[in-house]
Amino acid sequence: MAHPAESHAAHHGAHPHEEPGWVSKYLFPTDHKVIAMQYMFTGMALALVGGFFAYAFRMQMAFPGMEVPFYGLVTPNRYNVLITNHGAIMIFWVAMPVLIAAFGNFLIPLMIGCDDMVFPRINRLSYQIFFLSAVVLVCSFFVEGGAFGGAWTIYPPLSAKSQYNLTPLGSSLFLVAVALEFVAFLLGGINFITTSMNSRAPGMKFYDVPIVVWMIVVASILFMASVGPLIAGAIMLFMDQQVGTAFFDPDRGGDPVLWQHLFWFFGHPEVYVVLLPALGIVAEIITVFSRKKLFAYKTVLYTVFGTGVLSFTVWAHHQFVAGIDPRMANIFTVTTLLISVPIAEMLFVYIATLYGGSITLTTPMLWALAFIGEFLLGGVTGIFLGASGADIYLHDTYFVLAHFHYTFVPIAIIGTFAGVTYWFPKMFGKMMNETLGKLHFWITIAAFNAIFIPLFITGAAGDHRRIYSYRLFPELARPELQSLRVLATVALVVMLLAQVLFLWNFFYSLWQGKQAGKNPWRANTLEWTTESPPPHGNWPADALPTVYRGPYEYSHPDRKEDYWPQNAPA
Amino acid sequence: MSARPIATTRSAAGLPTGRLAVWWVVVSEIVIFGGLLGSYIMYRLAHDAFAEQAAHTNMWIGAFNTLVLLTSSLSAVLAHKAAVSGDGPRAAKLLWATIGGAFTFLIVKSFEWTNEIQHGFTITSSTFWSFYYCAAGLHALHVLAGAIIMMFVASEAAKNLELHRVELIGIYWHFVDVVWIFLFPLLYIAK
Amino acid sequence: MDDSVHATEHTHVNYVRIWAILVVLLGVSVAGPMIGIKLVTLITAFGIALVKAYLVAKNFMHINVEKRFVPYIVLTVLVFMLLFFAGAAPDVMKKQGTQWEKPSWISAPAHSPAAAHEGAHP
Repeated sequence: MAHPAESHAAHHGAHPHEEPGWVSKYLFPTDHKVIAMQYMFTGMALALVGGFFAYAFRMQMAFPGMEVPFYGLVTPNRYNVLITNHGAIMIFWVAMPVLIAAFGNFLIPLMIGCDDMVFPRINRLSYQIFFLSAVVLVCSFFVEGGAFGGAWTIYPPLSAKSQYNLTPLGSSLFLVAVALEFVAFLLGGINFITTSMNSRAPGMKFYDVPIVVWMIVVASILFMASVGPLIAGAIMLFMDQQVGTAFFDPDRGGDPVLWQHLFWFFGHPEVYVVLLPALGIVAEIITVFSRKKLFAYKTVLYTVFGTGVLSFTVWAHHQFVAGIDPRMANIFTVTTLLISVPIAEMLFVYIATLYGGSITLTTPMLWALAFIGEFLLGGVTGIFLGASGADIYLHDTYFVLAHFHYTFVPIAIIGTFAGVTYWFPKMFGKMMNETLGKLHFWITIAAFNAIFIPLFITGAAGDHRRIYSYRLFPELARPELQSLRVLATVALVVMLLAQVLFLWNFFYSLWQGKQAGKNPWRANTLEWTTESPPPHGNWPADALPTVYRGPYEYSHPDRKEDYWPQNAPA
Repeated sequence: MSARPIATTRSAAGLPTGRLAVWWVVVSEIVIFGGLLGSYIMYRLAHDAFAEQAAHTNMWIGAFNTLVLLTSSLSAVLAHKAAVSGDGPRAAKLLWATIGGAFTFLIVKSFEWTNEIQHGFTITSSTFWSFYYCAAGLHALHVLAGAIIMMFVASEAAKNLELHRVELIGIYWHFVDVVWIFLFPLLYIAK
Repeated sequence: MDDSVHATEHTHVNYVRIWAILVVLLGVSVAGPMIGIKLVTLITAFGIALVKAYLVAKNFMHINVEKRFVPYIVLTVLVFMLLFFAGAAPDVMKKQGTQWEKPSWISAPAHSPAAAHEGAHP
């Protein structure tokens, strides 16, 4: 068990590892690339579950009271369960594992030029805990009483008292699943941060690190610094649920608003935790496919740091109508409106990067461009919500929902497809089919907008969130609004069906795609200097790369080629 | 098993990887305890009745446990000093003394809690007691986890192996001590 | 390769002396409440806690000879905790506001253990 002492320097990868068996290699791997795949496939599988839930409740919204094909009748309780778990799954079990854990695990060691994460066994443990959290969540669907239905925000007293939520087992399992997921990402985050800070290739200075690595590291730091109070809150809520304490019970001296603060102190930085990796992925893609350096690397970097700090000062904008002190609402309005500035600035930098570039509209590039456009729409609609006065009307309407889907879908879906289509050749050694990719892109984007633009309209008209049927609200049961809801649902079904194209493309290309070679996109960053897929150890142990320049030296005037790999000596 | 990757041996940030990681662990624990203790302070300052409940905690047991943890921090840092000078067996002995302190702390706490529960101060008696058991309980779990990890480090150090880990578990241990340094006045003194 | 064992090149302070100072401070914080003045109790309890924490961080954890960003990061998260307190306290610490009140906070919320004891499980 104990490793030989440090004096055995030659032991460090100088000789090849013995080939592990199939079970060790794929079920209990320590290799960061395999762990990345574990996270990615688990996230993709759960995305199908979350998407199916959306299908079921949207069908209820469009055709209330009718049995949903392949699901059954959406009763009020089932509706609450569906929306609760759709939200939780998409954020905690799809966006985070895919954007942070999968891309982070795969890319960080490769892009900084080292052979693995600094703690491979803790890396493995973090996936195992994550997997356990997913199992616990899925178990909550099958226990007596059913799954938790009190919204992904788990507000007490509903979530604390089983006489209100009617799911004594489900609500605790849900909380435990979320807590386990937090532990997994804390462990993973320590690996990412330590590896990126310490294991950079010789010659790779601060400003030579690819933006996506910075983004994932800052996201991990944001997560780590914000999740603590919520872990404390989850312990307190679990005690309320199981032991009968009164932390959040207003009848016995507790305060439910404390939970809201604990939750949203994490909840707001969390959205930046998922946003930053997606922004990073887009930065990598737009530089490669416009053959142009990032317009202002240092600006982007410092903006990201500033956004990260600011993100801790805006959380109570989720609580404007919860009865918080109105003077606090003033303060949080100002900070919320302020935080749109650095994000907008980053989007301007991206647009300036594209300007004058030699643009190739490959599938990854289409996704990256779509991210910029769609996220912009999401961001500007957030301005309305950030103003506490306007939020008094808009809170808990579909306007909010459309806003956060116009931010979350670009992050979790567009960003993921951008990253997957871009790095698929490196991950699997094969090229994806461009025609299928473009078809999938256009249908998905068209459908996505057709889902949520109607929902902006119905939300502004007054559609409440988390209501299983508008038949109960005469002022909302108007046919014009109902046809918008039907349109949104039909568009969702189209969008879900279009994902078949992606799945087909993905798996068919895995088996029958064209060989990719080392660097099919002619990019600069270090992952493109090794085999596709990279071997265990990424490079031969005596041939780890040394870095001579930044990652975005495209179309340099001194060079014949329009790209200049980071490890090519001058 | 897998050999240590080359990544672990690099130090672009200027300090060894293990120590960098332990500081990040400490940072993430600060926010967990910070959230819990911050919530306690909010309730404590707003509820006058808390002070009346807090009068029932036993300050002498709390002070004794504080002394135990401070002494265990001393043995932990002396173990680090021994490890730095290459004396693995001595470092191991001092780590075992620290582990002894940890278990003394836990045993005293279990007697303390048993006594309090028998007098009717359970976790549901009032919100003060809920916080008391949650905060001290979470801390005690960290003491236990630290002690267990320390046992592994000590058994390797005794053979002069992985001596750098003595400092690392020490940093974690001192953090656990610092949390208690704040828990003691919050739960025992402020009456 | 790795400066594993000689991680922090520093001269060791007399650790036993620091420990002795910590114990004395512990004694002062225990004695403080006995004087009976609330302000003195607060200063001895929490002021001394801050001093003790600083002594442990500096002399035992060697945070002052550590790379400079380490104390900065620790300070930053402590500031975040203060920020959390500042943002949540106005709501959590008040019993009533404009057009709302917490009835159970206004009338003695924490029930005594005697009452709980009657209904307590054997």
